[in-house]
Amino acid sequence: MTALTSQAPASRQPISFALLAQVILIANSFIMLYPVVVMVLSAFKTTGEIFEHPFALPDFTQVGNFAKVLGETAMPTYFINSILVTGTSVLLILVLGTMAGYAVARYESRTNTFILLFFLAGLMLPLKLAVIPLFILLRDLGLLDSRWSLIVTYTAIGLPSAVFIMAGFLRTLPSELEDAARIDGASEPRIMWSVMLPLARPPMAIAAIQNAVPIWNDFFFPLVFIQTDARKTLPQGLTTFMGEYTTDWGMLFAGLTIAAAPITLLYIALSRQFIQGMTAGAVK
Amino acid sequence: MLLSRKQAPSLKRQLWVAFLVVPPIVFMSLFVVYPILSAFAYAFYDWQGLARGEFVGLKNFREVLFGATMAPVVWNAFLHNVYALVALMIIQNGGGFLLAWLLYKEPFGFRFHRIAVFVPVVLSTIIVGFLWKLFLNPNFGVINQALYSLGLDSWAKPWLGDSSTALGALILANAWHFVGFPTLVYLAGMQRIPPEIIEAARLDGTNEWQLLKNIVWPLVAPSTTILFTLLFIGAFNWFEIPYVMVGLDGSPFGTTDVLGLVFYRTAFGNQSASIQNFGMGSALATLLFLFIVVFASMLTLWLRRREIQF
Repeated sequence: MTALTSQAPASRQPISFALLAQVILIANSFIMLYPVVVMVLSAFKTTGEIFEHPFALPDFTQVGNFAKVLGETAMPTYFINSILVTGTSVLLILVLGTMAGYAVARYESRTNTFILLFFLAGLMLPLKLAVIPLFILLRDLGLLDSRWSLIVTYTAIGLPSAVFIMAGFLRTLPSELEDAARIDGASEPRIMWSVMLPLARPPMAIAAIQNAVPIWNDFFFPLVFIQTDARKTLPQGLTTFMGEYTTDWGMLFAGLTIAAAPITLLYIALSRQFIQGMTAGAVK
Repeated sequence: MLLSRKQAPSLKRQLWVAFLVVPPIVFMSLFVVYPILSAFAYAFYDWQGLARGEFVGLKNFREVLFGATMAPVVWNAFLHNVYALVALMIIQNGGGFLLAWLLYKEPFGFRFHRIAVFVPVVLSTIIVGFLWKLFLNPNFGVINQALYSLGLDSWAKPWLGDSSTALGALILANAWHFVGFPTLVYLAGMQRIPPEIIEAARLDGTNEWQLLKNIVWPLVAPSTTILFTLLFIGAFNWFEIPYVMVGLDGSPFGTTDVLGLVFYRTAFGNQSASIQNFGMGSALATLLFLFIVVFASMLTLWLRRREIQF
């Protein structure tokens, strides 16, 4: 039905307009993808080959750059740090966000409006601009230059949106579910854990993706908080790496390719969820 | 059911709700509320490195806005933020709107184009910045290589080293990175327009331009409100792309300097001069914060007024 109605206007368009639209869309997709393709192709070339034949197809069996990036640089360490930081932050966001969201959505209380306003303020304030006091606070807590400095910061940034996503969804669940369990004598924690939360997986997935992508990609907070090379995350480590190999372009492109690969592949596999999650704040 | 709701909640229930609510609130208070409130306070003090000195009132603010050394740098950077905002409004949000309209008709290859336009959005800004820095390299970058091979040697430039093109190059790199975001937000907005409205307009013989201008654009106003507000906040927090592509000093000659870079240099120093000034940094952050809050709220209210309920 929707397919039909949205197809109908297109078919009545003049051919020339449809053709122009196709040309623009193809050109745009080319501009979006070609740089990524050149990056991957260049990663299989030596620096000399990149300079002489920038657009030629490489010999794909020549994986020396990749072996060198993975074997001789700190890139694998950065990778592990990024996984630890992103994983722990997203887990904390989901746990704390679900707790607050559940309380606001399922229990009537006069403080609910206050709690929601509190998190709404957190949603609006750019914590980046409070990085100086955050820096001093983390130093006083002894967390500076540790992965925890990033984890608590990302959790604080991501928590408000998770509260709203979870509360918004949990509010829509019928109260008959709870009441039936209550009559059967189930405790409140048990109702939350066994009855309600199993139904709340879709909003959790949205909250997880919405936060995981920016956390995985963030560069600003590691730049300020982390000094020790062994604790750097991927984007920050990448700047160190790019500084070390400035003239070895094969290595540079291999490093960029390896850094970009996991999230790009994950996106291609789960594009619907990624798009839904990343635009969740802007699409109602 | 009514009965259980009417009863005063038992102590056990209250404890359980407190258990759910208190940890997230404590966490937010410690790592968001406290730092933000402190950020205002810090701006009123003198700082020696990491140690807080005496209360100096508005001195840091005066220094940032009118001081002989700071003010020219700050205003120069502010102007570049404004350029970036205006250019990105047109290229990124405007381009996104047009791409969304083309995608809305679900032409051949629609699913592919929709996925393709969002690929750069998922990449880290660091990757995007370095990638374009390599592409824009004067000698070996693919942009100049392509111009040479097309015989357009005179067009080749050291894009990031030339004062007249550097900021534009950063803006275009940013637009490449993010154009997919407004595209898909607008697409979702257009898909919410009841198809009958567009159908009726077509039956009345409305041409494409009138349809876009008089029907689609007003009806996707809620998406515009969000996208323009987000871009406004993003443009005045701009940091990563300039940092990676032209460095902390906004080279060449400060022509790409933006407030994010000025803030970082002031607060955390740079390689050449590792002077930290938390007082002036906090004053700059506070001013930027107030500017963003005031103008973003005004922008939101103004854009909201033109939203139509349907």
